[in-house]
Amino acid sequence: MTTKSAHIAGKAFVLGKNVDTDQIIPAAHLVYSLTDPEERKLYGKYALSGVPSSESGLPNGNIPFINGDACESEYSIIVASDNFGCGSSREHAPACLEIAGIKAIISPSYARIFYRNSVDGGFLTPYESVGDLSEAVQTGDELEIDPAIPALVNHTQNTSHRLKPLGSVADIVNAGGIFAYARETGMVPK
Amino acid sequence: MGMTLTEKILARHSGREHVNPGDTVWVDVDVLMTHDVCGPPAISIFQREFGENARVWDREKLVIIPDHYIFTNDKFANRNVDILRAFAAEQDLPHFYDVGTDRYKGVCHVALPEEGFTRPGEVLFGTDSHTCTAGAFGQFATGIGNTDAAFIMGTGKLWVKVPETMRFVFGGASLPPYLMAKDIILRIIGDIGVDGATYRTMEFAGEGVKAMTMEDRMTLTNMAIEAGGKNGVVEPDQITEKYVKARTDKLYEPVYSDPDAHYHSEYFYNLEEMVPMVAKPHSPDNKATAEELEGVKLDRAYIGSCTGGKLSDFRAAAGIIRGNKLKIDTYIVPATTEIARGLETETLLGTPLIEIFREAGCKIGNASCAACLGGPSDTFGRLNQEEVCISTTNRNYPGRMGSKAARVYLASPYTVAASAVTGVITDPRVFIQETVI
Repeated sequence: MTTKSAHIAGKAFVLGKNVDTDQIIPAAHLVYSLTDPEERKLYGKYALSGVPSSESGLPNGNIPFINGDACESEYSIIVASDNFGCGSSREHAPACLEIAGIKAIISPSYARIFYRNSVDGGFLTPYESVGDLSEAVQTGDELEIDPAIPALVNHTQNTSHRLKPLGSVADIVNAGGIFAYARETGMVPK
Repeated sequence: MGMTLTEKILARHSGREHVNPGDTVWVDVDVLMTHDVCGPPAISIFQREFGENARVWDREKLVIIPDHYIFTNDKFANRNVDILRAFAAEQDLPHFYDVGTDRYKGVCHVALPEEGFTRPGEVLFGTDSHTCTAGAFGQFATGIGNTDAAFIMGTGKLWVKVPETMRFVFGGASLPPYLMAKDIILRIIGDIGVDGATYRTMEFAGEGVKAMTMEDRMTLTNMAIEAGGKNGVVEPDQITEKYVKARTDKLYEPVYSDPDAHYHSEYFYNLEEMVPMVAKPHSPDNKATAEELEGVKLDRAYIGSCTGGKLSDFRAAAGIIRGNKLKIDTYIVPATTEIARGLETETLLGTPLIEIFREAGCKIGNASCAACLGGPSDTFGRLNQEEVCISTTNRNYPGRMGSKAARVYLASPYTVAASAVTGVITDPRVFIQETVI
């Protein structure tokens, strides 16, 4: 399993506030198997398909996260406003973003269950920004996350922004999920 | 210093004398609930991590209640129920509520109390965000994902960060006749926002809560998640005891908040000064009073879900709908099969509730989650186009009930029923003054 706190670089996809789990993966698509390789791809295909068009890829909107019939996105870092992932406890939400190619999310705040699912399932790293960066970053900007500081570098705009340390979940993130962490600490036999 | 009810439960279940908000503790789990959407992936993670032939930690403590996608021809959705059925057989699970049998129940959050799994002082996790409903019984109950559920299946434990507690105190002897618990929780979410309780407990207290039925209290705690809350909780009392003891013989030990417990914040509401509330599209915190929205044109009304599909919700709606022909398509979906039977046996002025709904022209569905969360395209009551719906459900984010082009208003069963009669958003006080409830 890859370490999710590694150096991450790629294009930004920018979203607004209160992006809920139905927008991340609409309920109609929660029926496919996550273990069957062909069905699993469909979660990538429909990732963020519930976001209203005008809110998809800010500041201008109307940018598809997934092009046509593709199952992976050209974007690898989501930058969002407050309360990302509110709503349902469906773990399909962080899973579908990982399947689509997202490595990290940057938001000033998360809904609790989404944050926990992202970390415990080892899907992606939910970084908390210092303040709202959803207007400082544009969809398509080339971003890089330096996990050591931690900081977000925007190569397109030549800016950098401090991120909050991962805090108490860092051990689980670094291990790659709750099972890997539990094996390291002896809670679950190796 | 004293502890809140939630802190006490987490302390007891992690083997500590005392916990403080922010502490991370490993708690012993009393009940794990899963359903047809998240059960199959949780099972596959359990088998991946603990082995193909692994046994669950305690077969008496795992409850599986298929409820989300039941009455659909979607082959993938039906396959999910098959996976649950096979797992329940393999593990010899006593608490599996199979589809198509007499044991089928319907919506998990209402079925859990009916079947005696919501016991004061215990810890309940469920793979559904509205698992917080069970906090109405003085239980610590919250939603988790598939991986966490798989971890519990194998170990019986889960890590929890102890939440701070926000306290909401209700003054006023009882709910006024035109007001329902839904109005109160919509007002609170509107006041604090959809992230106003993130990472925290919402504790509901005061004489106003003590006067509420269990179903009213469940409506409050059900929507704690809509303010971002980790759990919602009400102190158990005689009303709780009476409900629980009628449903289970299992022993439990209630806990109560200490008088010197520390709260993150306290809010006071006088029930007698509150009015019918509505959440406008597209967020549960987009509040308005029903009166302010009078006249907004509607295409559909929907009465159902874990929030608004309980027997008391239908009794309230029937009081307004009785004797009227409805102006818009109105969907009735009982949360559970027990409630569906109640619609046949409960009467209002001598007429069974179901007859009142039928005579008014309502479309009546089978017990399940149905269109509360969209679902496959053939789901009963799903919004498939640019429609405006007023609903007793809990969420109105874009596309929640189906189409992204639809607009959903959330309201109490009184307000939804009054609006179904007129075809426009209507303050139910107009009807309640002239109707026997």
